[in-house]
Amino acid sequence: MSSTQVKRKLRADIITLAHGSGGKAMRDLIEDVFVGGFDNEHLAQLEDQARFDLSSLNALGNRLAMTTDSYVVDPLFFPGGDIGKLAVTGTINDLAVGGAKPLYLTCGMIIEEGFPVEDLRRIVASMKATADAAGVAIVTGDTKVVHRGAADKLFINTAGIGVIPEGINITVNRAQPGDIVIINGYVGDHGAAIVDARGEMELENTIETDCQPLNGLVESMLKSCPDIHCMRDATRGGIATVLNEFAESSDVGITLNETALPLRPEVRGMCEILGLDPLYLANEGKLVAVVPADHAEKLLQVMQQHPAGKDSAVVGEVLADHAGRVVLQTSFGGERIVDMLVGEQLPRIC
Amino acid sequence: MKYVDEFRDPEKAKVLIDEIHALKDTLHKDGDTPLQLMEFCGGHTHTIFRYGVEQMLPDWIELVHGPGCPVCVLPMGRVDDCVTLAERPDVIFTTFGDAMRVPGSKKSLLQAKAEGADIRMVYSPLDALELARKNPEHQVIFFALGFETTMPSTALTVLQAESEGIKNFALFCNHITTVPTIKAILDSPDMQIDGFLAPGHVCMVVGEKPFEFIAETYNKPIVVAGFEPLDILQSIWMVLKQLAEKHCSVENQYARIVPADGNPPGLDAISKVFELREFFEWRGLGSIDHSGVKMRGKFAQFDAERKFTVPNIKIADPKSCQCGEVLKGVIRPWECKVFGSACNPETPMGALMVSTEGACAAYYNFGNLPELLAKRDKKAHNNIKESAA
Repeated sequence: MSSTQVKRKLRADIITLAHGSGGKAMRDLIEDVFVGGFDNEHLAQLEDQARFDLSSLNALGNRLAMTTDSYVVDPLFFPGGDIGKLAVTGTINDLAVGGAKPLYLTCGMIIEEGFPVEDLRRIVASMKATADAAGVAIVTGDTKVVHRGAADKLFINTAGIGVIPEGINITVNRAQPGDIVIINGYVGDHGAAIVDARGEMELENTIETDCQPLNGLVESMLKSCPDIHCMRDATRGGIATVLNEFAESSDVGITLNETALPLRPEVRGMCEILGLDPLYLANEGKLVAVVPADHAEKLLQVMQQHPAGKDSAVVGEVLADHAGRVVLQTSFGGERIVDMLVGEQLPRIC
Repeated sequence: MKYVDEFRDPEKAKVLIDEIHALKDTLHKDGDTPLQLMEFCGGHTHTIFRYGVEQMLPDWIELVHGPGCPVCVLPMGRVDDCVTLAERPDVIFTTFGDAMRVPGSKKSLLQAKAEGADIRMVYSPLDALELARKNPEHQVIFFALGFETTMPSTALTVLQAESEGIKNFALFCNHITTVPTIKAILDSPDMQIDGFLAPGHVCMVVGEKPFEFIAETYNKPIVVAGFEPLDILQSIWMVLKQLAEKHCSVENQYARIVPADGNPPGLDAISKVFELREFFEWRGLGSIDHSGVKMRGKFAQFDAERKFTVPNIKIADPKSCQCGEVLKGVIRPWECKVFGSACNPETPMGALMVSTEGACAAYYNFGNLPELLAKRDKKAHNNIKESAA
């Protein structure tokens, strides 16, 4: 049974400036689309803020984690996901990779005048389904409508809070020589899916985004190995960026094995055509973990048993040599440095 | 991946590396006086760095990364012309992605886009023509650039536009040619190259014949090379083999793609639409006779240089850049005075730092920067000591 009694109905087909003006039209939008769509007890109070019981948070750990991210993807809908799923997943993952159990999210929407209400409902439903599956609630929000051209269709910001259990200490500077680098599956799917969905390439196959919440996977990982040294989700800038952050902050070298890197043939094919490097392509459901060597094998098995980690693989190790640098052992038998990306990746001419 | 992995097989690479090592004694070479082989094409440079081919070679072979990156060698004045065209309110300016970052004297196309110019990245000149069809109220300009490899596609696009009677489409033509440029390098007095890898995709269009003079007149071996890492290794071995056997000819390693006489329909389209310029300006190399093409008078209505006003001002390369010497193999990229400091991929000064295919950018991105800079400083120190002695 729904926890919210929806009283107001939004009858418009498109969002107009009136839906952001604070009057009746705005209440119709909020109560029907958002309160009805996100459907939880916190939101149903219709207060200006969500309120939480501290003692229940305390029981989960000893530190609060908080994060925020804004989502501006084009197109809004793409194979395997949409901006709503992305907005919920991205913030959940930013909390999870710090070892936190994500609990509550906010949702701020900036909507361009003329946006179809049907699309908005679809996106809200997708956010709700993603949040439910990950066990988090969207508990407060904000809506702004801007003039046509002042925003590109829809921008979403989500912030989230979670609780970090005692004894977990995952930081960017804890990688030590001998540690093992693990990734939870195929790299570059999201970046390739977005290029594909823009339709400029007219490729014959469809590449799906890897957009998925990682909190369940991280929870099982921490159960198996509470002493994970470093962990980040590899979003924009890809796994190359995350590994460089680890190498630089921990003052260690990282060697990456190209042969071991999970890469889908269709993503690889697109990279071959466009001259892109999958190491720099965005992911939305991939984490890179640096773990003590004696836990690696067991941890890998645990990850492979979780749906979000079934293609997990050991892809590299941490060395004392070449501190601050990431070196790729190429599948051809050579090696090269993998640096941070300069600017954005641009397709090559020929 | 089929048709790709076969050309990246590490076991076959080992065999080729052994074969290359085996030629050392015949060639009487060591690390102090290495053989210099030039790969002309930026695509080859990219492969060499992407797969770490250079580290696999013995120290008596030195690869010199030639001027074959059309994005890199574009002079600043031409980028300024692009920006002027792109900033016209009636223009949609279309370009390949990696040309966006090339610095002009004031700004790059990326900066002009951020300032409001309508600049769009396309994957093919046909995408630009499609934009022209869809936007009849705008003038759509395609930034045509590249060697003979990309010329047929632009030529055919112009012929298509002509046959459809499309009036709002034009090329800003910056196509350049390989042969006069290789000749300019060979004629340079400080040139030290012992053999060449010819650009496989250029040869796919023009065939092998235009490169015969390198073997016949200059007595240098040259091998038409493919773009996979095994192609590169095999081509290097073929050049070394010619040197060891003391003969010079054009050999074709990339026969699976390159027919001896190239692509006649492509060449036909090129000669219909383009004619040679008297000279063309290159970043890093200066002006080279007949090294570029322009559109024939018959296609003036599709020529952005005739249709619009283009400033066409020559901007000199920064004095501190040593791109020319790097391109000729006189110095290594990391030996340049500004490499890695004033000149880096974020703020490139010289041609070779501009695109990832440029030799300096490749060393910067894929090489060990602190080690290279230390090597440069040590060499500079030794030079001072030598001249003092």
